[in-house]
Amino acid sequence: MSTLIAAPLDMTVRDGFDAEACMNCGFCSATCPLGVPILPRRLFRYVLFGMDDAVRAETETIFSCLLCRSCEQSCPAGVHITENVRLLRGWLLREGR
Amino acid sequence: MPLPTQDVVGILADNLRIRRNVLPIPARQATRWARALDLPRGGEVVLYTGLMYQLIPYIERLVALERRLGDTPLARLTGLGRRLNRFVNGVAFVARPSAGERAEYERVPANAARLLRRAGVEFGYLYEDDLYAGTLAYDLGADEAVAAHARRVVAILRKNGVREVITIDPHTTNMLRSVYPRLIGGYDLRVRNYLEVLAERGMEFASPLGRRAVIHDPCVYARYENILEPPRRLLASAGVDVAEPEKAGSLTWCCGGPAEALYPAKAAAVAAARVAQLRDIAPDCVTMCPICLVNLRKAADGIRFRDISEYLVEASAPPPDATSAVRRPGPASGRAGR
Ligand code: SF4
Ligand code: SF4
Repeated sequence: MSTLIAAPLDMTVRDGFDAEACMNCGFCSATCPLGVPILPRRLFRYVLFGMDDAVRAETETIFSCLLCRSCEQSCPAGVHITENVRLLRGWLLREGR
Repeated sequence: MPLPTQDVVGILADNLRIRRNVLPIPARQATRWARALDLPRGGEVVLYTGLMYQLIPYIERLVALERRLGDTPLARLTGLGRRLNRFVNGVAFVARPSAGERAEYERVPANAARLLRRAGVEFGYLYEDDLYAGTLAYDLGADEAVAAHARRVVAILRKNGVREVITIDPHTTNMLRSVYPRLIGGYDLRVRNYLEVLAERGMEFASPLGRRAVIHDPCVYARYENILEPPRRLLASAGVDVAEPEKAGSLTWCCGGPAEALYPAKAAAVAAARVAQLRDIAPDCVTMCPICLVNLRKAADGIRFRDISEYLVEASAPPPDATSAVRRPGPASGRAGR
């Protein structure tokens, strides 16, 4: 059973994980200095769909995000992208192995 | 191949928990610049460096080691390293930068102290109680270790009777001003950055530089703490003709440094891209963050990076004739040149 499906729901209530607001427009990826297309929108889909293994497989991508907020600057939905990335890091450290 | 992420983050979080810093560095060394300036101990208003600038040469040593380890079978032993590190301070063995490497970064807190004095600000310093704020562990998601550490920092500040801290780098400013209030109930510490304090006082500069330099805004000042105008105002008063790159202010481009601890190659690629945006604008670039400074410097290609405090200290020094006028009549003053 998916463990991640419980974790983000819990996060939504407790820590403000707000992937639901993302409309998958791609503005964030266009301004990301790392130019990684998966960050953050596809990643957030994985989380919403409870795809633990897909999230685990992106450990390197998740930990290489610069938290620079360039993406947030251009996000029309006001998604707290960097905070979501930090929360995913915490999840990977606790339960992600 | 990068080292196993979870183990590396685990070592940093363990260090923060056990030794009060992600990389425990000797407090005497990290605060020597303050003794040299004879900064008074404690007080309601203190200069708080969070050891960020002082940490850089140690981080550089560790990153070099990681890079060497990452390509060897030893990388598989990082888990064992983490278990050992709980009992022995591993950094004491691997990361001893030379005095020369340290001096460059210890000069920045000293510069900030000089500037505040020249602007007439009264403040003290906490010496061994000037603790790292926990930035790297927070960024890596080790929230529990950071929350416990933040409580310890705040308890120490309260014990010292501190009501206001003056910070000198973006990351410590952000932790103390925007992150700690979310972690600690009843948090009422006033947090200002030294650039804000100096700009607010309308600091004037005795020896304007008459030089052109391009400015690099750190992401954390620009997009977390909204510190954009004070550095520009100060540089203009200091006689620096500030050139704005295309990606400036709230649209600034990251230096790549935050990826350095885990993925140095990615950090280097982002830094190279930023250097390419800056280098044709002016031969000098003003930085305002220790992480930007070290990362952009490593990628420097025909452009010189210097911390904003270096420009401001140089411009605030009394002109040569004024210095000799002060020195001539009186007894030798221990405060000359501060
Ligand atoms: S810019 Fe915002 S809304 Fe658009 S894909 Fe990125 S996170 Fe989602
Ligand atoms: S915060 Fe992360 S995802 Fe957003 S632009 Fe910066 S590196 Fe890319």
